[in-house]
Amino acid sequence: MQEFLLVFRRDSETVQAQLSPEQMQAMMKPWQDWMGSIAAQNKLVNSGNRLASDGKVVKPNNIITNGPYVEIKEAIGGYIIVRASSLDEAAELSKNCPILTIGGNVEVRALIPMD
Amino acid sequence: MEQHQLLPHLFRTEYRKIIAVICKVFGIEHIEIAEDIVSDTFLLAAETWGQKGLPKNPTAWLYTVSKNKALDFLKHHKIFAQKISPEIKNTEPILYELAIDWSNKNINDSQLQMIFAICHPCISTEAQIGLALNILCGFGVDEIADAFLTNKETIYKRLTRAKEKLRIEKVKIDLPSQLEISNRLATVLTTLYLLFSEGYYSTSQNTTLRKDLCVEAMRLNLMLIEHPQTNIPEAVALLSLMCFHSSRFDARTNQDGEVILYENQDTNLWNNDLINKGEYYLNLASTGNKLSKYHLEAAIAFWHTNKKDTTEKWENILQLYNKLLQIEYSPIAALNRTYALSKANGKMEAIVEAEKINLLDNQFYHSLLANLYMEINEAKSLFHLQSALLLCKTLTEKNIIIKKIQAIEALKN
Repeated sequence: MQEFLLVFRRDSETVQAQLSPEQMQAMMKPWQDWMGSIAAQNKLVNSGNRLASDGKVVKPNNIITNGPYVEIKEAIGGYIIVRASSLDEAAELSKNCPILTIGGNVEVRALIPMD
Repeated sequence: MEQHQLLPHLFRTEYRKIIAVICKVFGIEHIEIAEDIVSDTFLLAAETWGQKGLPKNPTAWLYTVSKNKALDFLKHHKIFAQKISPEIKNTEPILYELAIDWSNKNINDSQLQMIFAICHPCISTEAQIGLALNILCGFGVDEIADAFLTNKETIYKRLTRAKEKLRIEKVKIDLPSQLEISNRLATVLTTLYLLFSEGYYSTSQNTTLRKDLCVEAMRLNLMLIEHPQTNIPEAVALLSLMCFHSSRFDARTNQDGEVILYENQDTNLWNNDLINKGEYYLNLASTGNKLSKYHLEAAIAFWHTNKKDTTEKWENILQLYNKLLQIEYSPIAALNRTYALSKANGKMEAIVEAEKINLLDNQFYHSLLANLYMEINEAKSLFHLQSALLLCKTLTEKNIIIKKIQAIEALKN
């Protein structure tokens, strides 16, 4: 078994893409059901975190800009770590992720264990 | 109380107190000496009370006699006395006289410290439960063997090895430091949780004994929350969970000791006092910002105190299991979550999820799938019942499964 990082991204910049509080609330159940499903398979390593939408980007020469999504429209909204036997299986687990229903996507990356 | 009942009763209530107070003075490395002194005291009580009649205050008699025996021991073993407490330079018995203190406060403090000594991470959880029953609850080796469905020799060896380990590790009878207490308390709560489960789920036929185990776990848990340093929301949540579970104790088995499943239980046999206590402690536990697995399990047990099937109930139970599994995976939580899913989101979704959890060597996994496939796919339902039959261990369970198989086959014809 290997560990994989699932990164959730979606467009959180454009006005149309903003979720209303009601929509956010409605996402809670499918999201928890999906996490529960992975956990019930004993494949959840870390339930991760959600990330706030504001942030700063620090660049060389003392340049600090506001917002993590200046150059790209898609921002990271959160992440979890799962356990799977292969990259394919980890991708399979992501297929039911509720972020896909609101125009987002899941990036699946294997973690390389520290020696 | 009749005289012949009094001594066993006092043994159950006072043994643990006397041993904690004396052991506190002698140190855990001399626990066996303390045990001998307390046993001698009870033996003497059995002999003399029978001949001369009961003393005016039997409990005080036990305290005085055991104290004198302890002081005698120290007097006759001066070298021992110097060894056990080099910090007390003056080995005059007067100091021990002060230390063997029968005030309620010292009895309670000593017992609480004893809980921490026994639930020490250096010994296995199995041994912790055995020692807890033996030292903190006054259970004999026979009873512990009965509860664990094993023989006396095994238990005796387990206890001896555990005491040896406590001696080697020089475990102190003391409350852990403020820094350490939360980690150590987690071990204590796990032991109490397992002690309770041992009583609640044990297949031992001895119902009285099983109930005693549950009561003892609750009593020890109550001691934790009565002490300001150990009164944390997690401990309160665990007590709430135990109250909810024990409220169904009488309803969950029939006269022959066979398990009655939740949906077939007679709610008149549920104990409302315990349900109310469970709610009281659950509310009390709802402070702080840590949602522990005990909170979640207590909340799940709370929703089960209402037998009516409502969408609200099963949706709440499902979400609690979702959270519980994110904190800690266990096969039983995965199975229960899937059952709740079938009630909240429908059987079809639950079947898809059940096929994913893949606990092929678990009898309850097959029982669950058999249940979900009922009325949807008879052949699959039958297949899983037969798989469950092969895996189950008790005759009672076998009979239940055979009845279900026969019911499906009768429908076919």
